[in-house]
Amino acid sequence: MEWETVIGLEIHAQLSTKSKLFSGSSIEYGQEPNTQANVVDLAMPGVLPVLNAEAVRMAAMFGLAIGAPIGRGNVFARKNYFYPDLPQGYQISQFDKPIVELGHIDITLEDGETKRVGVTRAHLEQDAGKSLHEDFAGMTGIDLNRSGTPLLEIVSEPDMRSAKEAVAYMKKIHELVQYLGINDGNLQEGSFRCDANVSVRPKGQEEFGTRAELKNINSFKFVERAINIEVERQIDLIEEGGEVVQETRLYDPDKNETRSMRSKEEANDYRYFPDPDLLPIEITDEFLEEVRKTLPELPDVKFKRFVEEYDLSEYDAGVLTANIATADYFESVAKSADAKLAANWITGELSSHLNKEDLSINDSPVNAAMLTGLIKRIEDKTISGKIAKQVFEAMWNDEGGKDESTADKVIDAKGLKQITDSGAIESIIDEIIANNPAQVEQFQSGKDKVFGFFVGQVMKASQGKANPAQVNQMLKDKLSA
Amino acid sequence: MSLTPEEVKKIAFLARLAIKEESIEQYSEDLSGILHLVDQMDAANVEDIEPMAHPQDAMQRLRKDEVTEINQREKLMENAPATENGLFLVPKVLD
Repeated sequence: MEWETVIGLEIHAQLSTKSKLFSGSSIEYGQEPNTQANVVDLAMPGVLPVLNAEAVRMAAMFGLAIGAPIGRGNVFARKNYFYPDLPQGYQISQFDKPIVELGHIDITLEDGETKRVGVTRAHLEQDAGKSLHEDFAGMTGIDLNRSGTPLLEIVSEPDMRSAKEAVAYMKKIHELVQYLGINDGNLQEGSFRCDANVSVRPKGQEEFGTRAELKNINSFKFVERAINIEVERQIDLIEEGGEVVQETRLYDPDKNETRSMRSKEEANDYRYFPDPDLLPIEITDEFLEEVRKTLPELPDVKFKRFVEEYDLSEYDAGVLTANIATADYFESVAKSADAKLAANWITGELSSHLNKEDLSINDSPVNAAMLTGLIKRIEDKTISGKIAKQVFEAMWNDEGGKDESTADKVIDAKGLKQITDSGAIESIIDEIIANNPAQVEQFQSGKDKVFGFFVGQVMKASQGKANPAQVNQMLKDKLSA
Repeated sequence: MSLTPEEVKKIAFLARLAIKEESIEQYSEDLSGILHLVDQMDAANVEDIEPMAHPQDAMQRLRKDEVTEINQREKLMENAPATENGLFLVPKVLD
């Protein structure tokens, strides 16, 4: 039988605020345990939550970016459950009146087609603390620094039909929240997390199959693998006459399998009710207009503009707009240097250097001004593309400073200036011809391949500095004379 | 509407309350009484009345996004029965 996969994703994005959703504690990552947990975060008796305005603004911004209505009187609700990393005994979340209502986002599929994925809702809620299960003589250690950090939970419609589509959607949201500056995109530190609801149904059947929820998958690669392995499991199960049970499953990347977390499932009865400690959140037209003014250019718009304005290929525009830091870097270079060269250098040399050292473009030793200086010298033929790589390498290793004049300083210091003086090139060519009579004879008897040998010799003699186009032309003239 | 002993036990479990077997019947009666009261409210005519999320007809006041808290870990941990390396310790939880 032919099966169809149905996937919906729940993404938890930590909002890049300074303080927590309901308290003035810092949300900075990686601090000493429990040094950023105050009486509110610890849920001491008598404390009251006070809502962070910035979290509201960020959530509204996301809603506007996905074309969703913003809930005018959205409401916080209590989701009740007991777990030691949640001292309140309930999570303050949103239930039937979320801040962001139905919106959508377009993803690009492998065949280049665009598909629209519905975003059912996005709501504000508190993150939980962390439980550490090792090394405490039969006890569990609790760190509440993360407790109360603002999260935006972004829930998709069950619109994805393959693991690849799910990853494309996840990447698109990941890109968007970083563009908006509302999330740092860090999957390793858990500031961007994903749960996947996965089911299968016979192709053509309208009704959905029973779904399993895959929890906390912390990389794009694992999302794809986890979904594929879960789909395989469900199909095998049904084909062997079994039934899929609605449950939460955990993906184990080491064994590449999903396994049941059923113990927790039985207790899931959250008894949501409006939190009496919090009033509805007022969203006014004026507020939304203010937020709309701060919306940056969104990835799809930027992509189109890069293709049109800079005449880039769709591939290059895609790579350059994949994150806002790269897009900004590119535009900073392209405003005063050749855009195509800028695109080539950023997607080529710069990317490979960054990948090799596992650096983000913001931490690149070669900044946009330095690359601009370099590209200008390629444009005005001071150096060839090949020599430019040497200059780039030197700048990468911190030679010559940190601004647009750095490339010039390196070129001067290393004497890398391209030789365009035809007299100088001619004397090198004459010498090479004089020293290699056998090759000259071969060339003149019709062995064209030897030409490359001459070019190589001249470039070598000039330490790569002779202008290649001039060398070609002059060699041709001399040898054919 | 009357709650069964099973429902009472489930509610107690969800609230993590220990109740004695012999008290279940009393709880069932008391809780059912509350539900009965709610049923009575259901009978009220609320057509054309916008539901309120909060009994106060007001909107939430917001706080500026500023870190105003300092580290008070040592003080806050004085309340905890067990701590180690800056962590609160609780009976082992697994899953």
